[in-house]
Amino acid sequence: MRTLGSADILFILAALRWTLLLSAAAFAGGAVGGLLVALMRSGQIAALRWIAFGYIKLFQGTPLLMQLFLAFFVPGIFGFNVDPWGAAALGLSLHASAFLGEIWRGAIETVPKGQWEASAALGLKYWRQMRLIVLPQALRVAIPPTVGFLVQLIKATSLASIIGFVEITRAAQVINNATFQPFTIFGLVGLAYFVICWPLSLYSKRMEQRLATARR
Amino acid sequence: MNYVFEFSAVFEAWDELLAGLIRTVWLSAAAMAIGLVVAVLGALAKTGGPKPLRWVIDAYIELIRNTPFLIQLFVIFFGLPAIGLRLEADQASLLALVVNVGAYGIEIIRAGIESIHHGQIEAGRALGMRPLQIFRLIVLKPALQAIYPSLTSQFILLMLNSSVCSAIAASELTGAANDIQARTFRSFEVYFVVTALYLALSVMFWGIFAWIERAFLRQPEPR
Repeated sequence: MRTLGSADILFILAALRWTLLLSAAAFAGGAVGGLLVALMRSGQIAALRWIAFGYIKLFQGTPLLMQLFLAFFVPGIFGFNVDPWGAAALGLSLHASAFLGEIWRGAIETVPKGQWEASAALGLKYWRQMRLIVLPQALRVAIPPTVGFLVQLIKATSLASIIGFVEITRAAQVINNATFQPFTIFGLVGLAYFVICWPLSLYSKRMEQRLATARR
Repeated sequence: MNYVFEFSAVFEAWDELLAGLIRTVWLSAAAMAIGLVVAVLGALAKTGGPKPLRWVIDAYIELIRNTPFLIQLFVIFFGLPAIGLRLEADQASLLALVVNVGAYGIEIIRAGIESIHHGQIEAGRALGMRPLQIFRLIVLKPALQAIYPSLTSQFILLMLNSSVCSAIAASELTGAANDIQARTFRSFEVYFVVTALYLALSVMFWGIFAWIERAFLRQPEPR
């Protein structure tokens, strides 16, 4: 056992960039997938609505850790070997697609039916109705819960450590195994997550209150 | 695709999976029950307590909600022995889940309390009801109706989250999966079956909770 030095602290904090990069990748993947799920779920085609519903329930009804394990092992069955980074990015993207899809479906459905009818009366077809009339209005409602989910997603990247991806939690475990200062090390890492997540939580809460006031 | 599926190794360990499943349900139910006590006390202190206490509770809520559960688990399991409190993996898991769900629960319970219009309580008082009667006859049912959906989805989240406790080798379903995987090397098959078991648990609880809501908590039809 050796003592905990400043080089160890730097090693842990430097791994924060992998936490942020993984969060960004998962959010980007989840945004694309989530939009698709939200459109399917709120659309006119019953079969697509049911597929999107099943997809959402599947991800809401199973642990994220299992989703990550399967993202790690399923590609291997088809002959693709993924590294922990690929598995974590894939698993978290699919996870985020389901949750963002459900949040954004809710936002799309807050747009009054009259807006659809008015834009149809103006001769707009589905895609232009969506792009020009519905999505801009849904966006306002969607921002607070989307930022709230981003906080969940950043925290969720810590589970990538369990499948062996070296982000900040994994880096902390590595250093803890060598120096055994768990209180200091995991306290510090918790603080790092807090510094990133708390401002986002506050922003989400404030935007939500502003929306609630505007609706009154 | 020339992968050969081999599920029999997993199904042979059905007794381990069943034991893990029961441990998961037990751990989640215990954590939820104790967590609810924490949440009610916290919500009461937050709505009516002195200012310094309210700050402490706010700090607790924000700290827990803005850090990962895995880190909370590590601090409790690896960190607490440093100050002389050594816990078994199962005890540490239960404590971490209680601390975690308590923070989310306080906000849910508080919203429930605040959903009751003050005039209703005053009306009860005007009718000569005692505080306990007011709580039982006026506040309880609408407050339960208000918090029921959030509380039940919180339970499902807690149950799914408890799989993370396998990281400190707690004895629950994911831990059982890890044991079987280490012995048989059938990684995909083990985690596929266990994921299906978790999904079955979620579907079962979704069903039970919806039934309870229909049977006991539905608003009477306006006549």
